[in-house]
Amino acid sequence: MKTKNVWKKIAGMGLVLMLSATALAGCGGAKSEGGTASTGAGAAAGTGTLAKIKERDKFVVGVKYDLNLFGLKDPASGNVEGFDIDIAKAIAKKVLGDENKIELKEVTSKTRIPMLKNGEIDAIIATMTITEDRKKEVDFSDVYFLAGQSLLVKKDSPINGLKDLQKGMKVLTAKGSTSAKNIRASAPDVEVLEFENYAEAFTALKAGQGDALTTDNALLYGMAKQDPNYRVTEETFTEEPYGIAINKGDAEFVKAVNDLLKEMKENGEYDKIYEKWIGEKPKK
Amino acid sequence: MDFIGAYAPSHLTFLLEGFWLTLQVAFLAIVFSFAIAIVVGVLRYANIPGVSQALATVVELIRNLPLLLIIFFTYFALPEVGIKLDKFYAAVLALVIFEAAMLSEIVRSGLKSVEKGQIEAARSSGLTYVQTLWHIILPQALRRMVPPIVSQFISLLKDTSLAVVIALPELMNHAQIINGRNVNYVIPTFLLVAVMYFVVNYALSIVSKRLENKHA
Amino acid sequence: MIDFSILFDHWDMYLEGFWNTVQASLLALVGSFVLGTLFAIFRISPIRPLNWIGTAYVEFVRNIPLILVVFLFFVGLPAMGILLAPFVAGTLGLTVYTAAFIAETIRAGILAVPKGQMEAARSSGLTYGQAMRYIILPQAIKVVIPPMGNQFINLVKNSSVLGVIAGLDLMYFGDLISADTFVTFDVYIFVAIFYLILTLPLSMLVSYWERRLAGSR
Repeated sequence: MKTKNVWKKIAGMGLVLMLSATALAGCGGAKSEGGTASTGAGAAAGTGTLAKIKERDKFVVGVKYDLNLFGLKDPASGNVEGFDIDIAKAIAKKVLGDENKIELKEVTSKTRIPMLKNGEIDAIIATMTITEDRKKEVDFSDVYFLAGQSLLVKKDSPINGLKDLQKGMKVLTAKGSTSAKNIRASAPDVEVLEFENYAEAFTALKAGQGDALTTDNALLYGMAKQDPNYRVTEETFTEEPYGIAINKGDAEFVKAVNDLLKEMKENGEYDKIYEKWIGEKPKK
Repeated sequence: MDFIGAYAPSHLTFLLEGFWLTLQVAFLAIVFSFAIAIVVGVLRYANIPGVSQALATVVELIRNLPLLLIIFFTYFALPEVGIKLDKFYAAVLALVIFEAAMLSEIVRSGLKSVEKGQIEAARSSGLTYVQTLWHIILPQALRRMVPPIVSQFISLLKDTSLAVVIALPELMNHAQIINGRNVNYVIPTFLLVAVMYFVVNYALSIVSKRLENKHA
Repeated sequence: MIDFSILFDHWDMYLEGFWNTVQASLLALVGSFVLGTLFAIFRISPIRPLNWIGTAYVEFVRNIPLILVVFLFFVGLPAMGILLAPFVAGTLGLTVYTAAFIAETIRAGILAVPKGQMEAARSSGLTYGQAMRYIILPQAIKVVIPPMGNQFINLVKNSSVLGVIAGLDLMYFGDLISADTFVTFDVYIFVAIFYLILTLPLSMLVSYWERRLAGSR
């Protein structure tokens, strides 16, 4: 009967599709950046990240892809570069002996803690400010960069600091960042709009959707460098100490990272990285 | 608007890489959601006590939620109850769940649309319920459902763009990275991205029309 | 099991998001209905250029992602000098996108009305426009209510895209609350419940209407 043949054809096609789908899933999963299957067994407890890294022979770290100077993906070369990446490479070198044994994954202020907790990444090195609240969720290394929150405005903007922010003005930032919390506290009259990441926020600012963008001054300098139509206001109204975030309960790994940071600060490697990206020697 | 800068060869390659991931996610989601939808649709049509009702409730709940919310769930919320997925599989799972629910309704109405006369004729010729389903009802139902099913696949392909909120490196995500470099790239890049989605989806809808006519 | 204190602590945020979602959906519903009807008429109009405009619009918009349309309104338009607040840009994007689907639904509805009606109307002296308004469209609209109901449900679900451009909707506030409390599961369960409060009743209404129509045939 005609229907029987048609049905057989459909079933056959379906089988082929299923097989190719699973095949694709296999290589698609391995190829695409976000596609590696979860390696998070036991990551919740955080024990033995160091052992895991050594076993895998790769240090998987979450970094930003949209912040000039700290973590920026270049669509032309496909590389992600920045201060945070160099720190990550130094860790890979210390633990595995080769700074290239590293896998970078994009994180945003919103996604970084979930990704660390579910084992997708070994550590977060993504302009993450150490706060008491966050300490309840993750463990931090020592401070590896000290920034302060500030404002990014158009070159000819009348805004020079917090005091110039008036009711009715809009300030843009990223969801889940300390900048969002702080600006609401420091300038309660102002409307705060939060976006998925800083790239979106900056695009929105450039489109005129806000009067200022707020986050750490280091990041703002990176943005101003990309687009000279914008400048960073002088005063910083908070202190933002950056730390490397590691899963709770993994004192071994935290100590290893802290030891490395201390070593780098003492042997000048830290200063070199700092100067490379920030353009001046770190203030002691 | 800077078309030349936006369409630099490296940018075009970058967009195509994103598009390739989009297609991978869509393909996987289509295959698995279709398979599940047929099973669920048949189970609901067969009116198995208990099972059909339970499925009906689950399907109704999922169909009435935003896909964006389901994506958030599979990626951010599931880890809190122990299921940890990376972005790619979280996106695929979310799409499979949502689209399977939508497709199962299409399958169910397709099954219902097969004339009772056919079923009665088949049963009285001695075919069992399952045989009737497999050889008579399902094939006819599937043929009728080609347009709405392809339409749902097109939706699926477009919906992969929602995964941009979990930073899945698909097409929209790559477009935003390019846009972030220079605000004058925004319109040219988005236009190109629109064309890319359009070409694939329009082709799918043409295939759908052809299939429809062939089996009319 | 589920931490209800999160709901109570952030009740006003949930409510504001809920209310904005309702507003965006209603505004987009009305807007896309009007726009969709217009394009539906274009597509069946005897004037060739209008046909082309209608078809181009519907075919193009239906095949591109909603989030892209919304981004175009949010950051694309400003590049051409038109600046819209997030909520407005989002709602307009929703409207323009949904209109393409509604245009098809209404076109199908109009085509479902027997041809004889239009001829009879014209031969009684009505102009094309009057025939449309008083004879064809009312009948078409009755047929399209279930699919329109489905479109409204889709609108409510799609309005979640406003959360991505800081549109102050339910998803947006869900994100903020989640970032504030470091909790995701419970926060988004409540968001889901709020959406279901809107979509489930609508879904039941649509089913009811569909059954009524099937019965009246």
